[in-house]
Amino acid sequence: MAKVLMKGNEAIALAAIKGGIDAFYGYPITPQNEISEYLSKHMIEDGRVFLQAESEVSAINMVYGAAGAGKRVMTSSSSPGIALKQEGISYIAAAELPCVIVSVMRGGPGLGGIQPSQGDYYQATRGGGNGDYKLIVYAPESIQETIDIMKESFDIADYYRNPVMVLVDGLIGQMMESVDLEKPVKERFLPEKDWATTGTRNHPGRRNVANSLHLDPALLEKHNFHLQEKYNLIAKNETKFEMVNMKDPDYVIVAYGTMARICRSAIEDLAEKGINVGMIRPITLMPYPKAAFAEIPENIKGILCCELSMGQMLDDVLISNKGKHKVGFFGRAGGMVPDPDEIVDAIINFESKVVK
Amino acid sequence: MAIKYEKSKGLTDTPLTYCPGCTHGVVHKLVAESLVELGLLDKAIAIASVGCSVFSYQFFNCDAQQAPHGRACAEATGIKRVLPDNIVFTYQGDGDLASIGIAETIHAANRGENITVIFINNAIYGMTGGQMAPTSLIGQKTTTSQDGRSVAQHGNPIKISEMFATIEGVAYLERVSVHDPKHVIKAKKAIKKAFQYQEEKRGFTMIEIISTCPVNWGVKPTDAMKWVASDMIPVFPLGIFKDKGDKNE
Repeated sequence: MAKVLMKGNEAIALAAIKGGIDAFYGYPITPQNEISEYLSKHMIEDGRVFLQAESEVSAINMVYGAAGAGKRVMTSSSSPGIALKQEGISYIAAAELPCVIVSVMRGGPGLGGIQPSQGDYYQATRGGGNGDYKLIVYAPESIQETIDIMKESFDIADYYRNPVMVLVDGLIGQMMESVDLEKPVKERFLPEKDWATTGTRNHPGRRNVANSLHLDPALLEKHNFHLQEKYNLIAKNETKFEMVNMKDPDYVIVAYGTMARICRSAIEDLAEKGINVGMIRPITLMPYPKAAFAEIPENIKGILCCELSMGQMLDDVLISNKGKHKVGFFGRAGGMVPDPDEIVDAIINFESKVVK
Repeated sequence: MAIKYEKSKGLTDTPLTYCPGCTHGVVHKLVAESLVELGLLDKAIAIASVGCSVFSYQFFNCDAQQAPHGRACAEATGIKRVLPDNIVFTYQGDGDLASIGIAETIHAANRGENITVIFINNAIYGMTGGQMAPTSLIGQKTTTSQDGRSVAQHGNPIKISEMFATIEGVAYLERVSVHDPKHVIKAKKAIKKAFQYQEEKRGFTMIEIISTCPVNWGVKPTDAMKWVASDMIPVFPLGIFKDKGDKNE
């Protein structure tokens, strides 16, 4: 099919429809409003469910309900709104219900701003909800990749019975690119949702319950062991990353999403200056591609972690590096997006960027 | 010998966790019997809330979901919108519904969500050990209003049925009590009517049930029943607050 020009947020919405979404529950917040605006028109036309909730808190709990009922369901929001959803996300993960959460990051903390940021890496990968739960977090760098991931995300969520978060920044949400909407999605065997609360007439002799309460500590611990096993399986099967220009690099950049796009340009500019720089681009942030770091050549001068934050993924870079190479950090925040030149300078002046 | 009375098939065999003299058990029975008698049990989905009734997902003999504190009506909305032909009901106490979950409840009512809310008003937080609720009476002593609730510090008890009567999306709304057999029979009629309305897709239905908490009120179960009649009902008068099926409405 011919490519079409689409805005990121609208592409996310259309890809959700192509991914088989049954219901969307959301609440307005900039810079992701085009997602719900698009869905409000097209979902209802298609006979699917769209509902604007009274709050983010309510929206995520509507997601919980519909996910428990076995439907493909999604919500989207941005930084302070995702903060409000954390309670529900913990419950959904604990009850092992599948859903898709789109997070379009803006500058923080607090009400912050509305320009692009990656300041919610911790929020996505460490969570603000209580307990030992994990999401599956994707961080695409282009609208095409966002579409491909969105289409597959419902399958992934269903397969593992786990919430999937698609984490982009306001830049991806707001920019336009030409995209192919019809790229095929990997076929997965998806078991029947025989656990869904659809009324006992649909599964006689068995009551289905969506629940996260286990007052017996031994049972709750057992549930936690079970969840950890699942997260380990997800790490084994679903970790995704891209290695860019990794043949004999002088330095290796680690960046995701929009920042990775900027670093691609910087890497080209640096090559012209005779400095060979490679890049590890995590596509899943949870599970984090730790194994990619083992492929970094021994003799590099250092690793530069680049983020639109004050250094959050940096923690995972340091963990994955295991003290092997010098690690530096370059970050902008508050909605400030750097030019490739700033990355070029950071590499040239690498020693001044070293944190460990 | 013919069986004249038995436990409702709408309840599981799991032993109830409620204290002696608490009226949750009576209300559970009425809800269960109503669903069975209307033939709706096998398409019902119960939403348990946070509070003493948190375990109700184990007690109602139908599918169930357990909601975060106050979010039962949001969860019910999420389910009902994707399964419009099922029966979806929440079972919530006054802390869950009238305090932390009042926004979710008002907006579900205002949208006319076709769900049924069973609202237990016993004027106290039971599960957490007897703290003041938004429905606690003026002068009522609780662990967080030890000299008695005062208007100056806490405001007046919130009157949910009176508030919700103003909401267009509400199809049926009645406040009942279960402190004596006469009122139990009336309460059952109201609960059954609410489920009947939901089956007929008429909109949001809520039954507020004045209930007891003898343990946290610090009174004998028999005195708790008397306190409902003498102190609670004057503040929370019983009756039908809204009935869209009634032509006079």
